[in-house]
Amino acid sequence: MNAGAQRKRVDAAGALRDAAFTGLIAFGLFLPLIGFETVTNIRDELILTTRWPLLFAVVAITAAGRFAYSFALAPWLARRAAQPTKPAPPAWRFYLGKWFTPFAIGFVIAYPVIVILAAGWGGALKWIDNFGIQILIYVMLGWGLNIVVGLAGLLDLGYVAFYAVGAYSYALLAKAFGLSFWILLPIAGILSSFWGILLGFPVLRLRGDYLAIVTLAFGEIIRLILINWTALTNGYAGIIGIPRPTFFGIPFNADDKGFAAVFGLEFSPLYRVIFLYYVILALALLTSFVTVRLRRLPVGRAWEALREDQIACRSLGINTTNTKLTAFAMGAMFAGFAGSFFAAREAFISPESFTFLESATVLSIVVLGGMGSQIGVAIAAVAMIGGTEILRELDFLKEIFGPTFDPTQYRMLLFGFAMVLIMIWRPRGLIARREPSVFLKERKSISVDLVKEGRG
Amino acid sequence: MARDGSTVLRVEHLTMRFGGLVAVDDLSFEVKRGTITALIGPNGAGKTTVFNCITGFYKPTEGRLALQRGDPAVWNAIEDLTDSGKRGTVRPEGALFLLERMPDYLVAQQARVARTFQNIRLFSGMTVLENLLVAQHNRLMLASGYTLLGVLGLPSYASAERAALDKARSWLERFGLLDRADDPAGELPYGAQRRLEVARAMCTDPVLLCLDEPAAGLNPRESAELNELLLVIRDQHDISILLIEHDMSVVMKISDHVVVLDYGVKISDGAPEVVRNDPKVIAAYLGVADDEVAQVEAAVGL
Repeated sequence: MNAGAQRKRVDAAGALRDAAFTGLIAFGLFLPLIGFETVTNIRDELILTTRWPLLFAVVAITAAGRFAYSFALAPWLARRAAQPTKPAPPAWRFYLGKWFTPFAIGFVIAYPVIVILAAGWGGALKWIDNFGIQILIYVMLGWGLNIVVGLAGLLDLGYVAFYAVGAYSYALLAKAFGLSFWILLPIAGILSSFWGILLGFPVLRLRGDYLAIVTLAFGEIIRLILINWTALTNGYAGIIGIPRPTFFGIPFNADDKGFAAVFGLEFSPLYRVIFLYYVILALALLTSFVTVRLRRLPVGRAWEALREDQIACRSLGINTTNTKLTAFAMGAMFAGFAGSFFAAREAFISPESFTFLESATVLSIVVLGGMGSQIGVAIAAVAMIGGTEILRELDFLKEIFGPTFDPTQYRMLLFGFAMVLIMIWRPRGLIARREPSVFLKERKSISVDLVKEGRG
Repeated sequence: MARDGSTVLRVEHLTMRFGGLVAVDDLSFEVKRGTITALIGPNGAGKTTVFNCITGFYKPTEGRLALQRGDPAVWNAIEDLTDSGKRGTVRPEGALFLLERMPDYLVAQQARVARTFQNIRLFSGMTVLENLLVAQHNRLMLASGYTLLGVLGLPSYASAERAALDKARSWLERFGLLDRADDPAGELPYGAQRRLEVARAMCTDPVLLCLDEPAAGLNPRESAELNELLLVIRDQHDISILLIEHDMSVVMKISDHVVVLDYGVKISDGAPEVVRNDPKVIAAYLGVADDEVAQVEAAVGL
């Protein structure tokens, strides 16, 4: 008893010392950043003011946080790690794993109805458009990139290039030839996969980091072409008035021949949004279905084998060049589908929408979700895109932090925070198990610790 | 056809230079059909380089590497084939390939030379069964209509996959890995990983099986089991085996023919008992010049 109390006191002393040290570092770091401020006074002079209360508040919070960590959290984590046998996962985990996918699919199909019932006819638009469609576009992009990065192990930092090719293919062809969305959707996919192969050829001999750099450059090249080839793409101004998809030839407008009039309904922009929601849902599910199918086919197994060991693949007679090209082409095709949908939904595209940040977002969705995992990628897309969209909704924060506070400015902070947390808690992503594509007696999922990440 | 004394692989004047270093110097030898040929030599003798040349991972600087299957009469076409500049000739009665002209994956796919690696190269994050299915990639790819028919789920692919699973199962059974079929390959014990790599190579239906130190790291019992398996492969499947090995008990027990390399040069070639008593071989292994062999032997009591 006495010894326990003694140890406790020593722990508290250690934690205090730790907290003091952290506070010192925080003080040094934040002194120039928070402690001083330059303001323009009434005579238009720049003067230096100090913000001691704020500085000390930040330092105190940092030190208190560190104290809480080293006094309570760290010993608790150590005790948990030291436990000899881990308790068996509770039964709900099993049922969660079994029922999650059908439930999730049912939910996304019923989502517009649920939203209309919950938010009413007027409020539903935002929830279906900003959340539903936006998230599903990224789910689809994540699943597409997952083929290249997660299955084939080729790190692609320029994925947005294929998204852009799909979007501009649809926009330009639809405006020039007046072809419908449903004809141009496959054409945009084919054109994108063609560009995927075109990128694939020169980079085939590159591996790992070098491959990543070249794909990054490719994404930038496409963006710069879109900016500078003004005769074709109209540069920064972008393309406006892109035709929107129709419901089997019936447009969604207030016209006499519009969707609402034909079906005897009152006109509302909601019909088009609901239609678009189901289009992107169908496209995303198609991506997932094809990917799951491909994983069980020789080409999918060859992708995964390529990620595991390229030299062994070659010794077994697998043409690694063609295998990599098919991975690039498949991934690019789905980005092309998503791109043409994006152009049709927005009716306006410009190079602004296809920056490196988009590639980084999609890649971080794949990495956070767990490379190769379909469900993980979907969850990560919901968290990342839904998370940033929900920031727009947090108006009550203005009452706490003042009217100039804009929560959407903290998007990147949230991103970074999520990344750091995942890297500590789940370094290989949310779903860190690989499901075998075939089995003899029993399907045993494989710990990702054994699975390689691929070096191109 | 099994052991008719005909040649399956003919290596002629093989030379491999890396810059100024001559790793293999004018090496010629033959592998007879249905036999086990061992390639031995001290560390750095160039054995693995020879393997990499045969399997297409390296392009030899000079030399001709010809592999034949089917009717031995196909060998008569070798000079015409060499002059034609083509990679190989496939006829109904047999086929002949010039391996030095083929990229690595075609050596495996068309000439049907399978290999294993000195440091095991399994797909460790995939199950044992998946490893064996990847080995049957080309046949399955054809059956899946280059993926198109397979995505649509046509029955022709399903039956091809069943056949592939049956083949994988039969090899797993023979190598004693059947109860580990659904486990990740990376979790197997070392000896089982070695066996799996040989089983995977066998799933490609090879004519010639090249094994780079298959017994390395195995205990004596595992090593003896592997010997049995290699003999079964040789006798029952009409496959010729070329192996690199340091474990002399393996070499002397199972090989029909031994080729000895030292500093990239062939110093001996013949039946195991002949090679064992060759003073040049003894000198190479003991690291002394030929004329000092007698002294050294006397000193160590041979």
